[in-house]
Amino acid sequence: MFDRRLLYSFDWGFLIIVFTLCFVGGLTLYSVVEAEGFLFNRNIYIKQLIWYGSGFVIAIIIFFFNYKLFDKLAYIIYGLSIILLICVLIFGKHVAGARRWIDLGFFSFQPSEFAKIGLIIPLAKHYAKTSDSEGLTFSKLVKPLTLTLLPFFLIARQPDLGTAMLLVLIAGSMTIFVKIEKKTFSVLVAAGAVISPIIWFFLKDYQKLRVFTFLSPERDPLGTGYHIIQSKIAIGSGMLAGKGFMEGKQNALLFLPEHHTDFIFSVIAEEWGFIGSIAILFLFLLLIFWGFNIAYSCRDSFGAILCVGVIIMITWQVVVNIGMTMGLMPVVGIPLPFISYGGSSVLTVMIGVGILLNVSMRGFMYE
Amino acid sequence: MNLNIKNSDIGWHKKRVEKAAILILAAFFVLIIRLFYLQVIKGEKFEELSRNNRIRLQQIPPIRGLIYDRDGKLLVDNRPSFDISIISKDAAPLKQTLANLARYINIPADHLMEKIKKEKGIASYKPIVLKTDIDRDMLAAIEVNKFNLPGVVLTVSLKRNYIYEDCAAHLIGYLGEIGAAKLKDKKYSDFKPGDFIGKFGVEKKYEDFLRGKRGGRQIEVNAKGQMIKVLNTVKAKLGDNLYLTINLPLQLKAEELLKNKAGAIVAINPNTGEILAIASSPAFNQNDFVKSMSHHKWRSLIENKLKPMVNKAVQGEYPPGSVYKIITAAAALEEGIINPETKFRCSGKLQYGNRTYRCWKKKGHGAIKVEDAIAESCDVFFYEIGQRLGVDKLAKYAKAFGLGIPTGIELDSEAAGLVPTSTWKKRKIGRNWQSGETLSVSIGQSYNLTTPLQIAVMTAAIANGGIRYKPIIVKKVCEADGTVIKYNASQATGRLPISDYTINIIKNGLFKVVNSGRGTARLIFFPKIAISGKTGTSQVASSKEEDEDVVKEYHLRPHAWFAAYAPSDNPEIAVSVFVEHGEHGSRAAAPLAKEVIKQYLSEKEMPDLRR
Repeated sequence: MFDRRLLYSFDWGFLIIVFTLCFVGGLTLYSVVEAEGFLFNRNIYIKQLIWYGSGFVIAIIIFFFNYKLFDKLAYIIYGLSIILLICVLIFGKHVAGARRWIDLGFFSFQPSEFAKIGLIIPLAKHYAKTSDSEGLTFSKLVKPLTLTLLPFFLIARQPDLGTAMLLVLIAGSMTIFVKIEKKTFSVLVAAGAVISPIIWFFLKDYQKLRVFTFLSPERDPLGTGYHIIQSKIAIGSGMLAGKGFMEGKQNALLFLPEHHTDFIFSVIAEEWGFIGSIAILFLFLLLIFWGFNIAYSCRDSFGAILCVGVIIMITWQVVVNIGMTMGLMPVVGIPLPFISYGGSSVLTVMIGVGILLNVSMRGFMYE
Repeated sequence: MNLNIKNSDIGWHKKRVEKAAILILAAFFVLIIRLFYLQVIKGEKFEELSRNNRIRLQQIPPIRGLIYDRDGKLLVDNRPSFDISIISKDAAPLKQTLANLARYINIPADHLMEKIKKEKGIASYKPIVLKTDIDRDMLAAIEVNKFNLPGVVLTVSLKRNYIYEDCAAHLIGYLGEIGAAKLKDKKYSDFKPGDFIGKFGVEKKYEDFLRGKRGGRQIEVNAKGQMIKVLNTVKAKLGDNLYLTINLPLQLKAEELLKNKAGAIVAINPNTGEILAIASSPAFNQNDFVKSMSHHKWRSLIENKLKPMVNKAVQGEYPPGSVYKIITAAAALEEGIINPETKFRCSGKLQYGNRTYRCWKKKGHGAIKVEDAIAESCDVFFYEIGQRLGVDKLAKYAKAFGLGIPTGIELDSEAAGLVPTSTWKKRKIGRNWQSGETLSVSIGQSYNLTTPLQIAVMTAAIANGGIRYKPIIVKKVCEADGTVIKYNASQATGRLPISDYTINIIKNGLFKVVNSGRGTARLIFFPKIAISGKTGTSQVASSKEEDEDVVKEYHLRPHAWFAAYAPSDNPEIAVSVFVEHGEHGSRAAAPLAKEVIKQYLSEKEMPDLRR
């Protein structure tokens, strides 16, 4: 069953980009942990290394199966991710007022991370069948809408509005990518414009307030607003060349919140300056374009849409996360792919890498 | 990429991939522009801000709500207290600064250093409190010498101030530092170590209202840690104000009456259930809890045999003595065992089985009917009817009168008291009920236990014609601007299971207690106000033969009770007085009730005289 041609056409270039990003992540985590010394549990970078390792193993395993298998198993994968999301609402452990984690003892994982892949696969399957040059019409949008809203509501209930919105962004972008029929599109936009104020009218005051702080953190100067100021100081004070590895003061003085997870980019920008930050951005851009090239070259609709879905997921996370640390985006708990600390985030993005490699490798089958 | 791209039928997506790539390029372009702006254009400014971490967060603690009496007289407010803190990062050289500071605040420098180390405040921007509530002289000395005290910060905090020391201490309660266990609880997420929280009484029960909400501000400081400007402020939300149901002059009167005694006084408005006064003696000084209390003082409070920390009105359980006869009489009338004219002969004692049960009056009362038996508190009459009722029927009525169950007052650890029944004894003690014991129960002895509050609620129910109200201690809660956010309306918890006819007979008896020549409380007869009531003297030691002439040791003396309401025909106040080991209800408790009633009704008639 194993085809030797798979090895010849292995996409080394893509793998090197991924390695580099993981290396940057490990290095930054080291800086964060060492800067805090006694305050931080050192074994967190050991843990992160284990996750990188397991992530690569998963990517390789995925790579050996033909991605057509995802087409067949699409709804089973979707169903599993939904079951996990329901489990987290029932058995999940409470952290800071939300249930987002399932504790397995050695590892607590976040089903909402896996739910992204769990949604991308069935959407790709559906769109591969239904899309045509005219674009999608209403009847073809009912199913993807349902597929998206179910996990959306489950994640919003945890509550994790950030990840829930990200799910909608991914699904929406995929839909626009496969093209919506013009008339349908304009009706949808008009409907959105009419419905939003109505929903707004029915929201309770405290819910409105939450949306306001979500959109503009300056309204909460003692919480997220303060985090944003500290993050901006960290990034800005890196200036052109940065303060140097392990020299980040904002990081060392603990003024930066969540600096090993959601705000890790601020640490990079402080220590490596504008030059280093640009380099990271280019690395991500290279990864994204490489991924697009895989989709571009792919010769079946499912594979192409699947790749685009994964790329869209990574792109939104990079843009939202980095935008957030610079005060351009609302503060939401969305990790920076490959770099932020966290098992679920690393494993999910590695599953994405496995899918891209998989599609990339199987171009020869059409030759 | 080494794939040969052939023409294919599904090339539709290629154009769209190109478009998507352009959009993404644009998004990254925005990120790069932003990076350039933050790091290159504004870099110097942020670098400057970062050097000493110039942007800091300061807490604004909320101001705790005030507590008033029912007429708006202020009982509890907050007073400013000056605290000295240090930010060790700003205090360089730290040792020298501490040595300077030590001279002004009379704490050795090494003690200060230890304190900072303990709070992990070395090399930190976190302010560490070194001394709280300093006096004016110290404050002046530090202000004047500020120049050689870098990093030393004077802050004003508000401390709770109980205006009338000892007043309603058990009702209002006190504050204490929040414990470590609560700090971990999500419910208390707004609290920080060192914050004060209600620990007792209304301060605890209404914590959520009184507390308010913490605010804070972002400030920019200079290299010395001094504030340059305020960037952003979130105002603290003021705590809500409480209006208690008590009447301050009446409360003070009740406490004065209990001075140098152990006991409790509860006064209730019988038509609403509002508590007008609730005193427990001895009390404690709430202000002692505001400053950190010395170990010695705390021990003396805890070890005091008179239990100043216990709210005797609510937590104390005592046999009700003859006050219970109200229930026995009501039950017998209602069950048809007697009618108002039924008489029993009292010869001073009753032979029952092989025991002799005595009446308090050795000579006996002769033939006596129910009204007079209440007025003269004839024990034999109640032995007779109690024995005919049986303990379980008595218990049924006692429970309906509110005994044996908490009244539902909004205070912690309310005692339920005890209403004995035959099954209760079997279960709890393991022996069968002896019918002789019923005789003791019917005069409020034996296993009976009640709280002074239960007696007050029961008396109020008789006074108002039969409705038991839940006692209310907080009339309303108002926001700082006066908006009422919670109003405690009266709430009936039950009805006495007796007819108006029966109530009137009981009331006649209670009237005669004070107003007839033979009533046990005739000493407190007051021509201006008709008072009704019932005396009680409850034995502490076992009900063996007792020689009345020997002065007993304090802890063996009987408790004195008096339950009263006034004016008799249209009651406006119901009072229960309990004096621990006070010996005689008529002499130790009844005069106190009279004073409380006089105070309240004269105050009501002439409300403006005092102002």
